[in-house]
Amino acid sequence: MSDLVWIFIGALLINNFVLSYFLGLCPFLGVSGRIETAVRLGLATVFVMLITAVCAWFLNTYILVHAPYLRLISFIVVIASTVQFVEMAIKKLSPALFRSLGIFLPLITTNCAILGLAIFATNRNYGLLESVVFALGAGGGFMLALVLMAGLREETELSDVPALMRGTALNLILAGILSLAFMGFAGLFGSH
Amino acid sequence: MKDPIIESRRYEASPTRLVVTLGLAGLLSGLAIVSAYEWTRPRIEANHASALREAVFRVLPGIVGLQRWAQRGGELRPADEDRAGERAIYAGCDDRDQLLGFAIPAEGAGFQDTIKLLFGYLPDQRSIVGVEVLESRETPGLGDRIYKDQAFLDNFRTLLVDPEIVLVKNGTKRAAHEVDSITGATISSQAVVNILNAGVQEWSRLLSATRTGSCGQTLEQPSPSGRNATSG
Amino acid sequence: MSRDGQNRRAYQELVKGLWRENPVFVQVLGMCPMLAVSNSAINALTMGLATFTVLLSSSLMVSSLRNLIPRQVRISCYIIVIATFVTVIDFVLLALVPDVHKELGAFIPLIVANCMILGRQEAFAAKHPVGLAAADAAGMGGGFALALFGLGGFREVLGSGSLFGVSLFGAHFEPWVIMLLPPGGFISLGLLLLVLNWVRSRRTQRSEDLVTAQGNPSR
Repeated sequence: MSDLVWIFIGALLINNFVLSYFLGLCPFLGVSGRIETAVRLGLATVFVMLITAVCAWFLNTYILVHAPYLRLISFIVVIASTVQFVEMAIKKLSPALFRSLGIFLPLITTNCAILGLAIFATNRNYGLLESVVFALGAGGGFMLALVLMAGLREETELSDVPALMRGTALNLILAGILSLAFMGFAGLFGSH
Repeated sequence: MKDPIIESRRYEASPTRLVVTLGLAGLLSGLAIVSAYEWTRPRIEANHASALREAVFRVLPGIVGLQRWAQRGGELRPADEDRAGERAIYAGCDDRDQLLGFAIPAEGAGFQDTIKLLFGYLPDQRSIVGVEVLESRETPGLGDRIYKDQAFLDNFRTLLVDPEIVLVKNGTKRAAHEVDSITGATISSQAVVNILNAGVQEWSRLLSATRTGSCGQTLEQPSPSGRNATSG
Repeated sequence: MSRDGQNRRAYQELVKGLWRENPVFVQVLGMCPMLAVSNSAINALTMGLATFTVLLSSSLMVSSLRNLIPRQVRISCYIIVIATFVTVIDFVLLALVPDVHKELGAFIPLIVANCMILGRQEAFAAKHPVGLAAADAAGMGGGFALALFGLGGFREVLGSGSLFGVSLFGAHFEPWVIMLLPPGGFISLGLLLLVLNWVRSRRTQRSEDLVTAQGNPSR
């Protein structure tokens, strides 16, 4: 039990995918302009990550034991097609949900955080339950970083920033400071 | 997307053609991957095996040969063949053919990613005699000192595992079960200690039930085969 | 187009990726998994070269097959091509430089998710003949590798006072540990972008001054 809590906290705070592994930087820098968009993209990511974790576990347990060298290519193909199926299903079953999350789904599938999740879960030999908890933590961490960043950016938009700093340079330095703050969570380590 | 030529081409391709294209792509890619895998595999396995073998020799000073042990029928025995998903340890033998100790692989969470290490363990003295990090992605210059800092590694020359291994502030090691941490890399040091404690806990019960003594027939073991060892 | 013109065109495609449209510094593409391995020069160099090789081989492949791939499945085909080359590179690195591979670990497979590689296939290789596609890929891949190597060198020099593991400043240097840690990655890329912005704005400024001085406001 405590292991699961630890996996969750680790992925959420200590080894935050964005701020410590640099995964999913493209949407992090691209879509973090508004808090509301950030929340929706975050939720969609958590969702895709859950699907990915289950797919990756299934592939690893039943298929890839016989052909570990096909891991990367099958992860990509299977994850992308599963997400597409789910997207179609949501579109049909719940148009409201599709409108709020759906447009992000194809965008997320090619996100390195998704593939990173599958690869890390494989390298660490996570079981099904562990994978799901890991996905929740990683997705939650992604969303947290995205929302915090969006908040910061909404503020800096209104402040008087030197013209040279505007744009990506400032965002990266902000992200650096955020990442510095998150490093404090490493103090949780060893207390388990 | 509004380009008429492209538009017309979009509808030209029949579903069969799409499936065939994708199928061919998959087939070719599979072929390429398998041939690359087969081509590099001997080298990779040799690297892996020699790295593991060297590591076993380093964590168990004084051995001249080693054999692979695994759980067979509830107890630990020499076991050459690799069974899917099983975890093995390596027994080291000295020049008088006596079993000296075991090299045990263990892994756990580090600061950045999983740390995999091998530690030399003497069951009758309940002490660790060497640690070798096999795999880690700890920060260069900081966390990577868990395998580059000789002073830290010296902690594991003779380290008692009872009651449990404890990490203490650098320079304050007093008892034989304490480890001096690396200044500036406390988390990675703590990770190593956690992994060792978990590893000892996992194997010590099985090991205490194991008869030590003569190494027997297999003094001249070939290098321990890696994970993908094939018997034929 | 004459042969000379073709060569010039190829040269232009090659050079644009190195500086004017550098994927990292100008387009800020493909940094996702790459910042993570830029904490030492050797890691950054290996990663840069691996990415370069994958991009070049994928572009060659995609460009030579561009008339055979139906539009509807093109993205899937590109991804399959890229993933194949990445897997092959992964094995080759594991066989040749196991020590470096150990440190790069999970980040080699993540080259697949590098948006720059897929982007070049879609934006360039799929629409141009093999020669130009190769020039474009070599330029973009080279620009990427150079940028990554620069970042890795910068972080290693400040963070551990060494380059390729060779100590530079002697024992008196107190390393800026933070440069090696994740925040250092963000901050150093941010600073590098800032410096480049400055260089570029000065250059624009200067050429504008020049133009004004010549009394030719139309250019």
